[in-house]
Amino acid sequence: MLSLESITKTTQDWLFAKFSPQIALTIECVIVILLAITLFAVLGLVLVLLERKVAARIQIRLGPNRVGPGGIFQTAADTLKLIMKEGLTPDAADKFLFNLAPFIVMMVAMLLLAPIAFAKNFQIWDINIGVLYISSVSSLSVIGILMAGWASNNKYSLLGAMRSGAQIVSYELSAGFAVLTIVVLTGSLQISDIVAAQENGWWLFKGHIPVIIAFVLYIIAVTAETNRAPFDLAEAESELTAGFHTEYSGMKFALFFLAEYINIFIVCAIGATLFLGGWMPLHIGHWENFNHVMDYIPSSVWFMVKTFFLIFLIMWFRWTFPRLRVDQLLNLEWKYLLPISLFNLLLVTVIAIMGWYF
Amino acid sequence: MGAISLIALLIAAIAFSAGGILVGKLLVKGSKNPQKGQAYECGIPTNTSPWHQFNVGYYLFALLFLIFDVELVFLYPWAVVVKKVGIVALIEIIVFIFILFMGFLYAHKKGALKWS
Repeated sequence: MLSLESITKTTQDWLFAKFSPQIALTIECVIVILLAITLFAVLGLVLVLLERKVAARIQIRLGPNRVGPGGIFQTAADTLKLIMKEGLTPDAADKFLFNLAPFIVMMVAMLLLAPIAFAKNFQIWDINIGVLYISSVSSLSVIGILMAGWASNNKYSLLGAMRSGAQIVSYELSAGFAVLTIVVLTGSLQISDIVAAQENGWWLFKGHIPVIIAFVLYIIAVTAETNRAPFDLAEAESELTAGFHTEYSGMKFALFFLAEYINIFIVCAIGATLFLGGWMPLHIGHWENFNHVMDYIPSSVWFMVKTFFLIFLIMWFRWTFPRLRVDQLLNLEWKYLLPISLFNLLLVTVIAIMGWYF
Repeated sequence: MGAISLIALLIAAIAFSAGGILVGKLLVKGSKNPQKGQAYECGIPTNTSPWHQFNVGYYLFALLFLIFDVELVFLYPWAVVVKKVGIVALIEIIVFIFILFMGFLYAHKKGALKWS
């Protein structure tokens, strides 16, 4: 059967048989670079269109439908427009930091791709501290945002960046605790181990109510971490024009925009991996025939379906909940989510030690 | 692949961003205009520099975050071994979280979590 797993294996075997190890490794690096850039471009195009289509459908309109069949080339046209725009730098801005910020945000988004398992054995680097790596690298993105806001020398930007910073660091805590519950249950930080532990059922189903609470906490926390509505007061259009990227234009703005959507994809991919079994097919107990049918669906399809389901959920939130005020936002995290996630972690620990999960 | 993949991804990120910006620069012939260099406001010149003192509330939350983030880092090695160690690890972590939670309650009582 043609699957991503066999393709990567054959390619690697062929490369190492044909060339010396150094050259083979270099070629692999080039392949990774090309794949990562392609993934970024494709994801950007797909997610922006998806966002607009979902928004349109929820508001009972059609959304973009002029450029190409069903409007599928709308984002490509928008990108072309953004390339043709002049990238301005304000005279009063800190020019070096102003130009560096989009690079930092992009680098963080790109580095987060490394430990994600896109399909069975299809992972750039199966690092043994995968979860820790993800939480440490993702907390770097706030530096790029603060840098952009401060260097712009604009009040909207600075206020947006400060709000964004306070929000991201606060919600990182409950996201971290939610992730820890799965680490406690699995006993490993490696992504492949976490996926393998869900072979006979996803953690969302196996881990009783505490894991469901952790899942809900994770979704709330990552919605806030990616600056999405209802937590989008970092770039609240009606009060701050565009938040930390007010001064950016042309391709530099496009990079921020793209990084935002890539971050949504990444957090949803991690959520799907930890709670919904990553590329594992849906298996139900001893229903051998059912499990067998499910195994026929390729693992990459499973991964993408779960990830895009979570992305759809986050897009849905945007049109369901009103925006919070900054004090309500910090209250929600520090007075409700953080204590809940602390006690939830203890509950999961009891379940893990007693072996009460399935 | 090993740690070299991170270097490859970094190169990919830089190439992607720099490529995009460079293509934009090559295609666009911008015009010179002193108004373009001004900060974006609602049509009026910016009053006073934005680089001045800022609401201290943000820094309070940053400090609180530091405490809990360090705690989170301590919890990672614990979470990996807790199933093997068993009930002792649970009691230890209850003590650990209890002490931290007391600190959290203290901050709450002092009004550090109140947005002013």
